[in-house]
Amino acid sequence: MNFKNLKLNLSNKNKDLIPQILTVAFLILVVIYFTINAQSNMGNRGISFGFGFLSQESSFDITFSLIDYDGSHTYARAFLVGLLNTILVSAIGIFFATILGVTIGIARLSQNYLVAKSAEWYVEIFRNIPLILQIFFWYFAALRALPLTVDSINFYDISFLNVKGWYVPKFVWTNFSIFIYSIIFAFILIYFLAKYAQTQRDKYGKQIPTLYISILLIIGLPFLTFLIGGVSLSFEIPELTQLSKTVYVYRGGVSIIPELISLALALSMYTATFIAENVRAGILGVSKGQKEAAASIGLTKGQILKLVVMPQALRIIIPPTTNQYLNLTKNSSLAAAIAYPDIVLVFAGTALMQTGRAIEIISITMLTYLSLSLSISVFMNWYNKKMAIKEK
Amino acid sequence: MNLSILKSDKKNLNSFIAAGSALIFIGFIDIILSSFFSTNITAFLPSKISYLTPLLFGLFGLYLIRIEFSGNKLLDKVNTNFNSSNFNALLTLLVIFALIKYIPPLLNWFVFDANFAGNTKEDCTSGGACWVFVKVWLNRFVYGLYPDTEQWRINTAFLTLFLLVGASFFVPQKFKKYIIIFLLFVYPIIGLKLISGGDFGLKYVETGAWGGLSLTFIVSAFALILCFPIGTILALGRRSKLPAIRYTSIGFIELWRGVPLITVLFMSAVMFPMFLPDGTYVDKLIRVLIAITLFEAAYMAEVVRGGLQALPKGQYEAAKSLGMGYWKMHFLIILPQALKLVIPGIANTFLALVKDTPLIFVVGLLELAGMVNLAKTNPKWLGMAMEGYVFAGLVFWVICYVMSRYSQNLEKKLKTER
Repeated sequence: MNFKNLKLNLSNKNKDLIPQILTVAFLILVVIYFTINAQSNMGNRGISFGFGFLSQESSFDITFSLIDYDGSHTYARAFLVGLLNTILVSAIGIFFATILGVTIGIARLSQNYLVAKSAEWYVEIFRNIPLILQIFFWYFAALRALPLTVDSINFYDISFLNVKGWYVPKFVWTNFSIFIYSIIFAFILIYFLAKYAQTQRDKYGKQIPTLYISILLIIGLPFLTFLIGGVSLSFEIPELTQLSKTVYVYRGGVSIIPELISLALALSMYTATFIAENVRAGILGVSKGQKEAAASIGLTKGQILKLVVMPQALRIIIPPTTNQYLNLTKNSSLAAAIAYPDIVLVFAGTALMQTGRAIEIISITMLTYLSLSLSISVFMNWYNKKMAIKEK
Repeated sequence: MNLSILKSDKKNLNSFIAAGSALIFIGFIDIILSSFFSTNITAFLPSKISYLTPLLFGLFGLYLIRIEFSGNKLLDKVNTNFNSSNFNALLTLLVIFALIKYIPPLLNWFVFDANFAGNTKEDCTSGGACWVFVKVWLNRFVYGLYPDTEQWRINTAFLTLFLLVGASFFVPQKFKKYIIIFLLFVYPIIGLKLISGGDFGLKYVETGAWGGLSLTFIVSAFALILCFPIGTILALGRRSKLPAIRYTSIGFIELWRGVPLITVLFMSAVMFPMFLPDGTYVDKLIRVLIAITLFEAAYMAEVVRGGLQALPKGQYEAAKSLGMGYWKMHFLIILPQALKLVIPGIANTFLALVKDTPLIFVVGLLELAGMVNLAKTNPKWLGMAMEGYVFAGLVFWVICYVMSRYSQNLEKKLKTER
């Protein structure tokens, strides 16, 4: 028998089809296998798959919450508390990481040898130590070395730092919503002003001092609401009160728990190193010829930076920096290690221990992070397309 | 500021330099005296001005010696590097003063006031760091809870590894290939068997007892070796023309890249067992290794994809015109070039992997940082958190710094080669 004749004579189309069918079949098999196992496992433990538990009473407490929460609320609410805490620490981290990162990135390019070297060593030191160790260091070593409540570090009698946390004044607003509306209104006005200024410049070559008017609007409008809108602001300063002979606590004000401080500190100092490298690469990426050309047509130093260097540098800086923001948000899940009640600790930790619903809870947690990442990357793709150099 | 009287011309150059240096010198004396001998030579001034005097003296001194084209090489160098404007002069002074103020106390804590002798916490009498803690626990920090009498096995495994890696640099090109193949495919199994034991008369050591720095290396080495082929296949899949394969790869990569490692580890700890038949027990370490491998494979895939995209189209076309099929083209032409391009990226992924290993504490495996956490809660050694974390941080820093330097050098070398 001639085996050569048995060789399958596949057309190109079939050749493409077979590996695809194999892949899909393999995927389906894996899913079926896992589902069957999961069903029998859950059957053995007497639980059924479902998200009904979300509306049950959670009956555990969370140490730090931005919204009203106690044990009588539902698991869904506990999830929301965790999510808000994650967003809070990420927002704080992103804010400080950006400021620190941009400063250090610029400092690395300084003509001053000492400043450039210090910035370089900052980057080398903090980038090469695992983030979790930095969090542990701030939480277990540095912040634990702070004084007790009685001899707190005093900042001008309005804010106090001790081992229990940082106590800052609380803003007490009346008619807060009017204040917010005025700010939103100011932004809308500024948007239209910018558009108007653009058309004026394009059509008639008239310069309108947009910046000064914008600043005036953004300060003036909210200020007006204080005068005529009935908005008022007062501060509630934390006060030291004695509970018993040796026990002192601070009453009033806002207390920022040490978990939040150490987490935000570590996250921003760690991520700042990466942002600094991005900023440096971005500024170095603008070719020298661009600056020289700008200088030769008589732009001032400030104009060169604003009109020539920055727009080009930002195009290089922003995509990797958004990536770092995303990393920071994902890294904030390390909060679980020091018991800051973020989504992982509250939901994948406590709630999972109580309900035993591993599949549902882990899936929700992962989906939350996933949708966060995907939405940011969709936004990034849109932004990149918009910012890409349009060649004519 | 344009004080023309205070600007030197060539004639009175030397007197300006002398006056400026003297002022800077006074500034330094002032800051040194006030930070180390707690004497303030300007105490007669109001306290706020007195606090700023070193800065004022220094600034004025630096202003005086800021002379363009003085002809003095040293002075010109100082001026361009530290003193090009008032703002730069201020920054220079601030950095130097901060160094003078904060470096000595740190050094005191680290070295001069630190305790090295003794075996208990009570031996730490001076104010500095208590390195006795690290000394006593060093064995645990390196080997975890691995039995003392069996530790030679870990030593042998790592020593052999280093010898083999070292040998691969020196042997002729012909044998190098075999050593690398042995290192990648055979040695991991031998090493794992040696450390876990159970056969050949070696006592079985359960993975729960593994720990410390050796576990960091074991986890990162295995994860790197395993994630590499998976990452490469995923990268090829993502660039495939076949939609089913492309979308599977994209989905897989984006899924792992979108979630934090800690949730992946949680998943391997609590969700993964639910998906296996009842009663199957997969070892904790193996579950962690699978989780980290899949996680890092997604990142590796993106690194490799970068290399594939960077290759010029001509390489693909040339391979095809020689009549090569898909696999032959990729293994003989494309991948060898693409992987060489992304060696720095691979090194960076490995760096991130090493920095991520401490996270395995969530499933109860204790590597270096985990062991420090355990040691500092020991009742006999309370209050030693600072020393423990500084030590762990130093160890990780040295490892990561050396690797990042190596990858940067590699990057430079590869750039010049192309």
